[in-house]
Amino acid sequence: MTLNTSLAPGATRRRRARSATSLTRSSGLGLGIALTWFSLLVLIPLSLVVIQSIDGGWETFRQTLTNPQTAAALRLTVTQALIVTAINVVMGTLIAWVLVRDSFPGKRILEVVIDIPFALPTIVAGLVLLSLYGPDSPLGINVANTERSVFLALLFVTLPFVVRTVQPVLMELDRDVEEAAASLGASRFTTLRRIILPSLAPAITAGAALSFARGISEYGSLVLLSGNLPLKTEVASVRILTYIENGNEAAAASVATILLLVALAAIVLLQVISKWVARRG
Amino acid sequence: MASRLAQPKTAGTYVRRLLVIGYLFLLVIWPVALVVQKTFEGGLDNLQTALSDPVVTDALRLTVEVALWAVAINTVFGVGISLLLVRYTFWGRGVLSALIDLPLSVSPVVVGLALLLAYGGTNGTFGPALEDVGLQIAFATPGIIMATAFVSLPLVIREIVPVLQEIGTEQEQAAKSLGAGAWQTFWRITLPSIKWALVYGVVLSLARALGEFGAVKIVSGNVAQQTQTATLVVEQKYQDFEQGSAYATSFLLALIAVAALVVVTILRPKDDTDGD
Repeated sequence: MTLNTSLAPGATRRRRARSATSLTRSSGLGLGIALTWFSLLVLIPLSLVVIQSIDGGWETFRQTLTNPQTAAALRLTVTQALIVTAINVVMGTLIAWVLVRDSFPGKRILEVVIDIPFALPTIVAGLVLLSLYGPDSPLGINVANTERSVFLALLFVTLPFVVRTVQPVLMELDRDVEEAAASLGASRFTTLRRIILPSLAPAITAGAALSFARGISEYGSLVLLSGNLPLKTEVASVRILTYIENGNEAAAASVATILLLVALAAIVLLQVISKWVARRG
Repeated sequence: MASRLAQPKTAGTYVRRLLVIGYLFLLVIWPVALVVQKTFEGGLDNLQTALSDPVVTDALRLTVEVALWAVAINTVFGVGISLLLVRYTFWGRGVLSALIDLPLSVSPVVVGLALLLAYGGTNGTFGPALEDVGLQIAFATPGIIMATAFVSLPLVIREIVPVLQEIGTEQEQAAKSLGAGAWQTFWRITLPSIKWALVYGVVLSLARALGEFGAVKIVSGNVAQQTQTATLVVEQKYQDFEQGSAYATSFLLALIAVAALVVVTILRPKDDTDGD
């Protein structure tokens, strides 16, 4: 509710601007160039992946997915991504809350720390985690070459997503409404459940979808950490790479298409959920 | 001040603070610190060994060259498409705006596969035709640039679009009504107001571009001193048991990424919602 009122002026401004602006000749040309580049770089190559997987026929598709090694990889990838996303929803929201509502010395350092997993090259991320949770761990925890290494790597690389989507919304959130609720006798928990969480829900969903999509597609941080053991720590991306290296592009495309479909489903689901929450608010 | 009075620090505040700091310390701060420590375990030896190794220096040079190209392309494309998405209406705008985010959700390995299927020299759809006119994309620098541009494509756009929506069009319309041309309006009004969002987007793109691994591994062919980028060197050195060089190269890459982030965090005004 608060979110809607605070966004309202921007929304009307945008609506007015929209009705006044159809494409001119030069902006039309710009759009043409931009679309050509976007198609050549992203749309056509990705379509070719899907076409390749269909080209191989239903049989190749079925064979690839029922291959025990590939099926195990897909299962591991999706399960670990789901667990990590669930943790990110809780921890990410909590981190965003502390960054926005709390103040203490060194808070700006934490701001940088949040972005590190995003900015760090994935192969370096693997090496970084290996130094604390690998064979020479000063903590005595060695997750290298186990399923837990996949979990840890995904947790590291997806850290910023929920934090960075929730944080700006939390900053915009009008505190007067919370105070009003409190003064009318609502407990802190009720305020959280009825006032704060509904406003944050679209942002949390958006962050969760990004974090899930990133999780199922992760590759670089796992190379040095997970050992890529078949049936045990091998994820979907590694299966695709193996298929490419063996020259079996049809099978690679099949697994890739499954990953694309799962990612797309996550994005669509996110759009539906955030629209539904916005309408309800 | 009033709001701070309204929300006193309770025990919960400290528990939450401790929980967050502890989590980030174990997941990010300590591991990163250990890599720095391992790099300098033997003084500057690791860095010197790495930087006198032509395999490493060639890879670093290629990485920087590729990243600069990719970031330049993404900046021009990103500003252009953001303006079009926010300021104009056209058929399919909603679909385009959803598709723009797609590269963030695609596995780097799939990106590599997709580019190979399109631009591979022997089997690719466009590859053979392009090689006939002398343009090799896969297993050469253009392919590495495309892979890098692909994975970092939405970053500039995601930073600029909200700011463009926020600032509205009043100032731009005023400038236009006073006789400013489209170009002049862009340089004098629009660009200054999206400046910080743009800088932040460019820095994120640069960090992402310097660090791309999976997509580049597939498209580049990974030939030392020719198409091997810095991240590929890290993998190779680590697997060849030259861990000192692996840590040193990682350290350099991490240093650039973190330095860029710190600079932007310091430069960026604190409550930067309207962009100036």
